[in-house]
Amino acid sequence: MSESFEPVIVGFLCNWCSYRAADLAGTARIHYAPNMRPIRVMCSARVEPQFVIKALREGADGVMIAGCHPGECHYVDGNIKALRRYELLKRMLRQWGVEEERVQLVWAAASEGIVLAAAVDRMTEELRALGPLRWGETVISGNGHEQALEEAPAAEEA
Amino acid sequence: MDEKVGVYVCHCGTNIAGTVDVEEVATWSGEQPNVAVARDYKFMCSSLGQELVEQDIKELGLTRVVVAACSPHMHEKTFRGACERAGLNPYLFEMANIREFDSWVTDDREAATHKAKSLIKGAIERVVHHQPLEPLPVEINPNTLVVGGGIAGISAALELADGGFHVYLVEREPSIGGHMAQLDKTFPTLDCSACILTPRMFDVGQHPNITLLSYSEVEKVDGYVGDFTATVRKKARYVNEELCTGCGICVEKCPQSVVDDVFEAGLGQRKVVYTPFPQAVPNYPVIDRENCIYFQRGKCKACEIFCPTEAIDFEQQDELIEIEVGCIILATGYDPFDARRIARYGYGQMANVFTSLEFERMVNAAGPTEGRIVLRDGETQPESIAIIHCVGSRDQNYNEYCSKVCCMYSLKFAHLVHERLPNAEVYNFYIDIRSAGKRYEEFYQRVLAEGANLIRGRAAEVTDVARLPDEEGKLIVQAEDTLIGQQRRIPVDMVVLSIGIQARHDATEVAQIFGLGCDFDGFFIERHPKLDPVFTMTEGISIVGTCQGPMDIPDSVAQGAAAAARVMSMITQGTVMMEPVRASINADQCSGCRICNNLCPYNAIVFHEDDEVSEVITALCQGCGSCVAACPSGAITGAHFTDEQLISQVVGVLWDVRQPELVPAEEG
Repeated sequence: MSESFEPVIVGFLCNWCSYRAADLAGTARIHYAPNMRPIRVMCSARVEPQFVIKALREGADGVMIAGCHPGECHYVDGNIKALRRYELLKRMLRQWGVEEERVQLVWAAASEGIVLAAAVDRMTEELRALGPLRWGETVISGNGHEQALEEAPAAEEA
Repeated sequence: MDEKVGVYVCHCGTNIAGTVDVEEVATWSGEQPNVAVARDYKFMCSSLGQELVEQDIKELGLTRVVVAACSPHMHEKTFRGACERAGLNPYLFEMANIREFDSWVTDDREAATHKAKSLIKGAIERVVHHQPLEPLPVEINPNTLVVGGGIAGISAALELADGGFHVYLVEREPSIGGHMAQLDKTFPTLDCSACILTPRMFDVGQHPNITLLSYSEVEKVDGYVGDFTATVRKKARYVNEELCTGCGICVEKCPQSVVDDVFEAGLGQRKVVYTPFPQAVPNYPVIDRENCIYFQRGKCKACEIFCPTEAIDFEQQDELIEIEVGCIILATGYDPFDARRIARYGYGQMANVFTSLEFERMVNAAGPTEGRIVLRDGETQPESIAIIHCVGSRDQNYNEYCSKVCCMYSLKFAHLVHERLPNAEVYNFYIDIRSAGKRYEEFYQRVLAEGANLIRGRAAEVTDVARLPDEEGKLIVQAEDTLIGQQRRIPVDMVVLSIGIQARHDATEVAQIFGLGCDFDGFFIERHPKLDPVFTMTEGISIVGTCQGPMDIPDSVAQGAAAAARVMSMITQGTVMMEPVRASINADQCSGCRICNNLCPYNAIVFHEDDEVSEVITALCQGCGSCVAACPSGAITGAHFTDEQLISQVVGVLWDVRQPELVPAEEG
């Protein structure tokens, strides 16, 4: 499996910018890795941490959250809310031993099909290098947690 | 749950079927739980394709529909319509985007087929949790706000006003007219710009259905389609519009002159109390507070002394006006490219390098030189003129796009030079001549026949350092003539830089006020680049003219009229149906923590002190879902994007990789 490992990425795309960026990538026939499986949300602020965790738990190797550029959100500042939530989520995933590359926040304007396509390609490459997530071993059995503690003993949490 | 889902896989000719094995996908879909029927069809969006769905709903009693085809932004409406016609609530439908997101972005048939299955599986899992929803009817206020009084805004305002609807036209400058009022002749017909524009400006000023707010800016917009409230700042003119007759005596008596950077593009002067140009609408002057002697030193008041109607009012204050409208049309126009940014062309350093806008004012009979083509000294007639195309356009260092109008106006300049200075030589330095448009190519041929020298090659630099005797005292344009494959140095007396069209410097701030998006170049984003070029993603707000992208006068006029027609269609309908994608709070579950209150960007959530619960005002909610995601009690539901629907979709798209040991056994 490791030789031909193809990661599966769940993508949460906001309706206004990143979904349209992906539409544009299609219309412009920009080829990119077919590894991302997109789900439409109205705004990146709608993405709850539990959706991300659910996706990882159910077998995704990574999750991409894509929104409009800061300052360009269709809903004023939903993407900033997404960013705040993402930072907290990342901290939690780190403690569980889930590598940072597995959950990524991407900004892509409706005109940036090429940006979104490149982000999917890049993330796919990174996850290919990391290998499968193995949620059961990493998180459920706590191996990842122990490893995270070993790597950063100072960051021990109560 | 027992639902009867119909799955329809579209071939889209070969657009999907060329990459995705649609038959295989349809067969596979038919084997999925809850799926009652799965079919593939050549063009699902055709009337036959839609009938297929309608027939199955009626005959097989489908309770849910999934169409796997193009983007929902393309055809979601189409298939919702088909469901509705067959008696199924249109929101019990879901689209899987297997074209833009799949067949068009990979050549790998196996991977594309597999991805299509995942997207369809996600849609099936999601759709079974869909709830029937009803669109929300919104009443449309028949008044419209048009922002920007250039030719696009004027054309939109007049169409609406002639149709019998009231328009508020807000213009930032003291007069409407925009850039078109600055131009001399218009290509390719060589109509005098003012002659065709000023009657329309006059119509706007006189129209009983138009409230013209010049020297005003929109500061804030609240509300939603059908019921916007705009706050407009009417800047103090220091002239009482009720009393002013527009006689112009104040302008005549004002002792202070300054360079007019706006209307005369820096080429001429204006008084401190001024109307931008003689045919200005409205014709009341404005006192330029920054340069006024009275405002600076407390003395002068020449205008006040001589005003026969006592209309000068130094105490006047800015006024904030609230306007209630149903729709908004933005026609905020463009900024010309700043030629100083390209130092090698020497604008601002070498006197006889002019911008195209300066040249427009120069050749205009009403301009500072009364139409004489002269060097910066105001006297000497040039014997040779170089016109450099694409300044700031089609250039990766500045603007990558083509500004669309420069080729044609540069050719017009060549013609005007020949007309005014028959013995002068004109050299046009171009990359390509883009003369697409009715009678544009013919105009190009005409200018060629008149003897213009067209040199194909982007000018490398403009210099005044002479190398040869005949270059002494001249400006030398250096360029590679790509048709003969040689470097050329052309000595000329005058250089005109054909500057391009740029988004307004404050376009992003304006976009935020109106809740729009800007593209990378700063132009406002239309709803669809081909099929919906004047509406935006924000319901009820249209964009017309050059705020949307570079375009010429006929295109701007057409867009203005198009937006007016769209608005009129909404007004005559009386109500529009809004997507019911809205949040709602379950009062029994709400703990009254008020976290959502501050998260809502539209202040759509109110807190009831007596019951200690929050409530969403449906009409204000835009459906972003921020509050839904943040509610710690799970009391908020985002219709059509519920937790259940989204999580089911997540589980669905991961059908092939799900971890069996972690999943409760009963799920499929």
